[in-house]
Amino acid sequence: MSVPAVLFDEPGPRARARHRVLGVVGALVILALLALVVRGLADPDNSQLTAEKWSPFLDGETWTAYLLPGLAATLKAAGAAVVLSGVLGVLLGLGRLSQARVVRGVCGALVEFLRSVPVLVMMLFVYYFCIFVLGVLGDTSTFVGVVGGLTLYNSAVIAELIRSGVFALPRGQREAGLAIGLTPRQTLVTVLLPQAVTAMLPSLISQLVVILKDTALGYIISYTDLLRSGTTLSSAYGNLIPTLIVVAVMFIVINYALSLVARLVERRLQTARRGPRPVDGAVPQGAVDAPAAVPDGTAVR
Amino acid sequence: MDAITTLLQSYDVPAAFWMTVKLTVLSALGALVIGTVVAVCRVSPVGVLRGFGTAYVTLVRNTPLTLIVFFCAFGLLNTLNLSLAPAGSPTEVVDNNFRYGVVALSVYHASFVAEALRSGINTVPQGQAEAARAIGLGFGASLREVILPQAFRGAIAPLGNTLIALTKNTTVVATIGVAELAYLMRGMIEFNPSLLYAIFLLVAACFVLLTLPTGLLFTALSRRLVVQR
Repeated sequence: MSVPAVLFDEPGPRARARHRVLGVVGALVILALLALVVRGLADPDNSQLTAEKWSPFLDGETWTAYLLPGLAATLKAAGAAVVLSGVLGVLLGLGRLSQARVVRGVCGALVEFLRSVPVLVMMLFVYYFCIFVLGVLGDTSTFVGVVGGLTLYNSAVIAELIRSGVFALPRGQREAGLAIGLTPRQTLVTVLLPQAVTAMLPSLISQLVVILKDTALGYIISYTDLLRSGTTLSSAYGNLIPTLIVVAVMFIVINYALSLVARLVERRLQTARRGPRPVDGAVPQGAVDAPAAVPDGTAVR
Repeated sequence: MDAITTLLQSYDVPAAFWMTVKLTVLSALGALVIGTVVAVCRVSPVGVLRGFGTAYVTLVRNTPLTLIVFFCAFGLLNTLNLSLAPAGSPTEVVDNNFRYGVVALSVYHASFVAEALRSGINTVPQGQAEAARAIGLGFGASLREVILPQAFRGAIAPLGNTLIALTKNTTVVATIGVAELAYLMRGMIEFNPSLLYAIFLLVAACFVLLTLPTGLLFTALSRRLVVQR
C-alpha cells in the first residue's frame, strides 16, 4: 500500500481544489446511481421498499424458520467440505512431492484435472452419481453432491498450495532434515509440511471464503442452503429483492470476517518470521508455474 | 467411446461449447474494463473514489456469484423489469438471460481483475513513479504512460488465473437457463442416466480444452512480458 502514496505528489493548493471538485463529482455520480436504484425499487410498479416487504425480517419466525436453518446448512456443507478437502488436499500435495515417479505423476495429473473442471460440473456429477448409481435420494444426495463437488475441487487447490509452500522453504530445511538421518518421507512430513502449512495459512484461510461462497452453487442441485431458503422465504412474501439483499449482507459479513482473520494471520507471520521475506509478501519463489497460489494470498474462487 | 458418439449425435455439444466461449470472452472484456476503472479508483488521490474502489472490491468479492446472477436475472429483470433486449423480439427471453449472465459475470470478476491489477501496480518499483513525477507527469499521465503498462505486464499471471476462473464460473449462469455446457450436462444426464460417466468426461474434457491452453498461454506470456529489473 506504499505505492499509491508515491503515485502523486503531496497536493498543493490548486491540486487540492481540483481533488475536492473531483471528489464532489465522484460522490454525485455514485449518489445519482444509488438514487436511480432506489427510485427503481420504490417505483409503485415494484414497490420493493415498502414496510410490508421488509417487516418479515423483524419477525423472529423468518429467522428461525428460514434464514438461520439455511445458514446452518451452508455452514455445515462448508465445514464438511473444508475438513475433507483439507485431508485429501494434504494427501494429494504429499503425493505430488513423493519420491516415486508413478505416485507423483498420478497425483499431478489428478490435481491438474480437478482444477480445470468447474465446481458446478463436479457437483452435478456427484449428485447424479448418488441418485443413479448409489440409489440415494433426497436430502442426503444433495448434501453429498455439494460436499463432494466442493471437496474434489478444493483438495486440488489445497494440494497446490502445499506444494508451492514446500517449494518456497529454504533448501537448508530439507538438507538439515536429511543430515540428521531422517528419511526423505520423514523430512517431508515432520520438517517441511508443518512449515509449509504455516506459511500458506493466509491463503488457506482465503480458500475458506471461496468454499463458503461456492456452497451457494448447491442451490442448483436444490440443496437447502442460505440462498435457497432465502428464495423460499421470498416466494412467501413476494419480497425477492429485500431477501437477496439480506442474504448478501449475511454472506458478506461472514466472508469479510474470514478475510480479516487471514490478513491478521499474515501480519503475525510476517512479524514472527526472521530474515527477509521472499517477494513482498507475494508468491513464494518456485510458485511461478503454480497458478493456484495467487499472488498476495488472494484466492480466485 | 460409443457412448460419446451417441451423445455427440443426439445433442448439440458444439453449440453449448460455443455459448461457454462467448460468455467467457464477452465477460472477460467487461470485467477487464470495469476492473481497470475500479483499480484506478483504488489508487487515485481522490478519497471518495478510493473509498468507492475499496467498497466495490470488498462487497463483490465476498458475495457468491450465484447470488449476483440471481440478483441480475430475478431482481433486475423479473422484478424491476429492466430489460436488456428489445421487447417483443422472438429471442427476448434468451437474449435477456444471456446478457444479464454476461453482466453478472463481468461485475463479479471485475473485483478480481482490480485486485490483480493492484498487485501488478505493487510490482512497479517506487522509482518509476518518482521518475514519472520528476519529469513533470501528473497522476493521470504517470499512471497511463508509466505505471499501468508495467502493472499490466506484472499482473499477467493473476489475470490469467482470473480468466481461467471466469471460464469455469460461466457454468453458474446455467441457473438462469443459459444453454451452456453445465446446462446441457444436466439435460443430458436427466435423460440418459446410464451414460453418466461419459457425459461427465465429455463436459470435463471441454473445460480442460478451454482452461489448459489458457493456463499455458498466460504462463508463457507472463515469462515473456515480465519487466526485466
